Amino acid sequence: MSEDTALDDVEVEEAPEDEIVVLAQKWKKKRGSLIMALHELQGRLGYVPRESAMKLGREMGIPLANIYEVLTFYNYFKLESPGKYIISVCTGTACHIKGSPKLLHGIENELGIKEGESTPDGEYHLQGVRCLGCCGLAPLASVNGKVYGKQDVTDAHGLLENVKRDEPMHVAAESDDAE
Amino acid sequence: MKPEELEVKAAAELAKQQAMDVRLVCCSSTGCQSSGAADIVARIKADITERGLAGKVQVGGTGCMGLCSKGPLVRMTCKGHEDVLFSEMTPDLATRLVDEVVAPVANGEEIHDPVGPLGAHVVDLHAAFFAMQERVVLSNNGHADPEKLADYLVHGGYQGLRKALTMSAEEICQEVLASGLRGRGGAGYPTGLKWDFARRMQSDVKYVICNGDEGDPGAFMDRSVLEGDPHAVLEGMMIAARAMNATNGVFYIRAEYPLAVDRIEKAIRQARQAGLVGRNILNSGWSFDFDVRLGAGAFVCGEETALIASVEGKRGTPRPRPPFPSVKGLWDKPSCVNNVETLANVPRILLNGAEWFAAKGTEKSKGTKVFALTGKIAHNGLVEVPMGITIREIVETIGGGTGTDRKVKGVQTGGPSGGMIPESQFDTPISYEHLQQLGSMMGSGGLIVIDDHDSVVELARFYLDFCVDESCGKCAPCRIGGTQMLHLLDKIVAGDGTEEDIANIRMIAQAMQKGSLCALGQTAPNPVLSALKHFPSEFTERLKQPAAAEA
Repeated sequence: MSEDTALDDVEVEEAPEDEIVVLAQKWKKKRGSLIMALHELQGRLGYVPRESAMKLGREMGIPLANIYEVLTFYNYFKLESPGKYIISVCTGTACHIKGSPKLLHGIENELGIKEGESTPDGEYHLQGVRCLGCCGLAPLASVNGKVYGKQDVTDAHGLLENVKRDEPMHVAAESDDAE
Repeated sequence: MKPEELEVKAAAELAKQQAMDVRLVCCSSTGCQSSGAADIVARIKADITERGLAGKVQVGGTGCMGLCSKGPLVRMTCKGHEDVLFSEMTPDLATRLVDEVVAPVANGEEIHDPVGPLGAHVVDLHAAFFAMQERVVLSNNGHADPEKLADYLVHGGYQGLRKALTMSAEEICQEVLASGLRGRGGAGYPTGLKWDFARRMQSDVKYVICNGDEGDPGAFMDRSVLEGDPHAVLEGMMIAARAMNATNGVFYIRAEYPLAVDRIEKAIRQARQAGLVGRNILNSGWSFDFDVRLGAGAFVCGEETALIASVEGKRGTPRPRPPFPSVKGLWDKPSCVNNVETLANVPRILLNGAEWFAAKGTEKSKGTKVFALTGKIAHNGLVEVPMGITIREIVETIGGGTGTDRKVKGVQTGGPSGGMIPESQFDTPISYEHLQQLGSMMGSGGLIVIDDHDSVVELARFYLDFCVDESCGKCAPCRIGGTQMLHLLDKIVAGDGTEEDIANIRMIAQAMQKGSLCALGQTAPNPVLSALKHFPSEFTERLKQPAAAEA
């Protein structure tokens, strides 16, 4: 209940107020669409800030506790800003067998953070993810949705260099620059 | 659209395709997209336009052709020549292909060697990898563009639905039952029977739900089907709906599969526009529409009652059955949850008849099964094989073995719910029953090959760790049992384990199998138990040695 009293004097910083209102109006009409609304919210902001969750709850008429119950159950939702580059190392079985734990540790050492953490400057967020469904390209990582396939698990440094240059495939077939 | 218009539309598209001198299709699934397929299609399209060949050459996308590790893949259909499949394409290679093969053919020049300058990139379509497959569910992959309804119609699309519209609900259930189709999500329950339960329920609202929450790590069959042939899943769902008089359809798809979600949404829009979805479908007076819901990363949502809770926007925790969803499912209405691959089989069964389908496979496991072949294997990718084929044929003949000088040690089927099968059992035919006898299960179709350098103890630990992490925590056997078992396994991996620990693992496993609320907990001990059964020495070797006297 103390949450409720605090609701009114909270400023929404991360998203323009009406954006959440529009979003809430859209999903409110459909029964059981909290998860869909949260997907859309995270799709826009990169994560679900507490303030936005409060606002959404108020607009949709869903208690904050119910929202957090859902947010904390599903792996996909993030409660903190993930940073500029979200590095997701696939830890599915195919990648695991091909040495993805080594790649993950390598990146941890390079960035000086642990899995699930972000660098202090907010540049990188490192996470292990369940299968990305591209097992043919194992071992792989995805950065902001782009897949970096067939990685050399001993070369975390190289992967990060490619991330900075925005060059997804490690095994660049020949050296033809695509336009 | 009237039923006859389906054929008119299909014929028009077919005529258009046949008028083309060359057809180039590039895999547009996630695997090849990740390897740069979009750049290749863009380059080919630009080249074709630039050379004034637009009316003679068709360029498009297609579903997964299987050899994901060799992508991007391009398939070329040249008038008067056999189809050619090119692997590991680059934009520059594509331009060479256009200049040296496609353009001359389109300009009417005699070409003796359509393989041309790209010989090193040609994949032999007669090789065992393709020859030993039998494609039912994946039959359109490599041929049809998943983003074009007309292409689906060319390949018999929506003819199954058309037929279903002339049948009674009971007749459809009987047809599917007679085909012997069983749930491809893993458990293998007869689909026709499941539908029939839902059919018998009296209700104003009924739901048919497609489970596209492929949570098994190391598996991507459902993703490939959703991305590669979305209309087939749509059609399968509509036939299922007719079979049980369902009023609404819900797609539940992993949020991690954005392309699959995209393709399904697009397919629904196209079908609605064509009058195949919505009101008065094909002039039959029947109305049906779809809703798409996204998963959010919870393995337990593969369990149907958990999935239903998630569709309702709640935490995805399972509940005791009965009541089964066919009695009380989504929003307490009768519901039927079917797997993607199961549904994709349905239009083909209606179109070709139950006998056609029942002629494939073994006595109790009919049809084909799609497997995602990964791990230490030469030909990584997606294969569809008839049931009854041996594991050895899949791993060694189709998969090409490890592709290194190492030996195959075994395969894991069924993911975290399945088990390990040692190489010595590879002559076992693939069927629901046979795999279960080996202590594994069919599962959704992940097939992960391990070699003699991989430790089964560590792999078992990997899977258990996954299940512990994914346990929803609702029931004690799964929540506590899994965690305790993981501690014991950790101890063994660290070299501190004892015989007693192994005995305790077996005891906890039994409790979990018997006491857990849903399949996640009931099957979580499978990888460990099967590893203990088939590779006992790997465990005992790791046990704490009383004052090891090793030199």
